[in-house]
Amino acid sequence: MSRLHDMGGRIGDGPVVPDPVGAPVFENDWHARALAVTLACGSLGKWNIDVSRHARERLSPKDYTRFSYYEKWISALADLLVENGVLTREDLQGQGGEGLHVLASKALKAEAVAAVLAKGGPANRDSDIAAAYRPGDRVKTRHPGGNALVDGGHTRLPDYAIGACGEILLQHGAHVLPDSNAHGLGEAPEPLYAVAFKAAELWPHPEHPNDEVVLDLWQSYLQSDPEEAGA
Amino acid sequence: MPHDHSDHPHALLPSDPALRVKALETILTRKGLIEPAALDEIIDTYQNKIGPQNGARVVAKAWSDPAFKAALLADADPVLADLGYYGRQGEHMVVVENTPAQHNMVVCTLCSCYPWPLLGIPPGWYKSDAYRARAVREPRRVLADFGVTLPADTAVRVWDSTAEVRYLVLPMRPDDSEGFDEDALAALVSRDSMIGTALASPPQSSSEASV
Repeated sequence: MSRLHDMGGRIGDGPVVPDPVGAPVFENDWHARALAVTLACGSLGKWNIDVSRHARERLSPKDYTRFSYYEKWISALADLLVENGVLTREDLQGQGGEGLHVLASKALKAEAVAAVLAKGGPANRDSDIAAAYRPGDRVKTRHPGGNALVDGGHTRLPDYAIGACGEILLQHGAHVLPDSNAHGLGEAPEPLYAVAFKAAELWPHPEHPNDEVVLDLWQSYLQSDPEEAGA
Repeated sequence: MPHDHSDHPHALLPSDPALRVKALETILTRKGLIEPAALDEIIDTYQNKIGPQNGARVVAKAWSDPAFKAALLADADPVLADLGYYGRQGEHMVVVENTPAQHNMVVCTLCSCYPWPLLGIPPGWYKSDAYRARAVREPRRVLADFGVTLPADTAVRVWDSTAEVRYLVLPMRPDDSEGFDEDALAALVSRDSMIGTALASPPQSSSEASV
C-alpha cells in the first residue's frame, strides 16, 4: 500500500484548471514566504531533499487531503524542525527559550542566496554498482513495490507502475537512491534509467494504442523482463 | 511505519495557513535561524529573475540554430550551463522534442518536480491533484482541458518526473515564423508549451510576421 501523495492514475478528480494569463507566480504572499522559509531552512544542513519530500508525504492522510500545497510545505517543515532537534514543541507554542540558536551561524544570508540557488544539489554520484541494462532492454518493475529497506518508507516507484513491463529508454548514470537517503541510511547511489511503458501496460482503458508513459527508475526497482529472458 | 506520529508537531502552530507561516517565520527569525532579507531575496529571484523566459530563450535558439538544437537534445546540461541556466531543481536536464509523430508532456505524479532554472516555480495547476492524477492515465483529456487536440496519428509520451532529472519540452516551431529572430521566436513560446500542455503560438500580427 502506498500513501495519498502517490496519486498517478487515480480516478475521480475533476478538470485541470489552467491559470489565467498573467497570473502571479505566487497566488498569495504567504505561499512565497512558505517556499522561502523552507528553502532557507535547508541551509541549516539537518536534512536532505529526500527527507524533506518524505516529510510532506507522511503528513497524515487527513492532513494531506485537507492541506493546500504550501500548507503541506510549512507543516512538514515544522515537523522536520522538531524531529531533528532544531526546535522544540515549546518553541512552536511560543514558549521556547530566548537567544540565538546554536545553528544560527548556518542561517542563509541574503548575499548568499544567488550562489546557493545557482549551485543546486546534483544527485549524480560515482557508484560501485555497474549498469545492468542498456537502452532497448526489456525490464519489469518490482512487485510488490514500496520501500525495500524500510517498511512504509519513501520510494519513487509509483503504485501505478508496479509490476509493469517496459523498455529502457535512457541511461542517466548513477544517482542517489531516495529509498535509502530519505531514512538516513546513506546515499547508496545506483544506476538510474528512463523507462518507457505502453499506456496499455498501465491502464485498462488507454486513450490511444501508441501512447506511453516514461518514468525515471533506479536499477533496484527493476528486473529483466522474464518473458524476454525466456525467449 | 517510520516517523509516523499521531501528534504531528505542526498542529501546535496556528491552523490558519498564513498565520502558520508567519508564526514559524517569526520563531525562526528570533533564533537567528533564518534571515528575513534572505527570504525576500529568494522570493525576488523566482518572482522576477528566473522564469519561463529562460526556457523560451532556449527553445528560440534551438529553433534558430540546428547545431545548438542537436547538442541540446543529445546532452542538455553542458549546453544549458553555457547559457547560465543551471541551479536548484535543474541539475540534470533532458530536453525532449515534439514532432508530428510524438507529443511530449511532463508531470510529477508524486510531488511537483519541475525545471526551476528554465521555468521558475510551477503554476498551481501543475501541482494540483487533478493534473498529477490524470496526466499519466488520460493525457489527451487533460490536453482538452487546455484546449489542445492532437491529430490521431500523434502519439503522446508523458514523462513522470520521479527522480532528480528534469524535463523540458521543445515544442514544434509554428508555421509562418520564417525569418523571425530569436527574440521574436521566444515570444511565441509559452510556459505551458514547454510543459507540453500547449503548443507554441502561431504568429499573430502582420507587423510581427514582417520582422
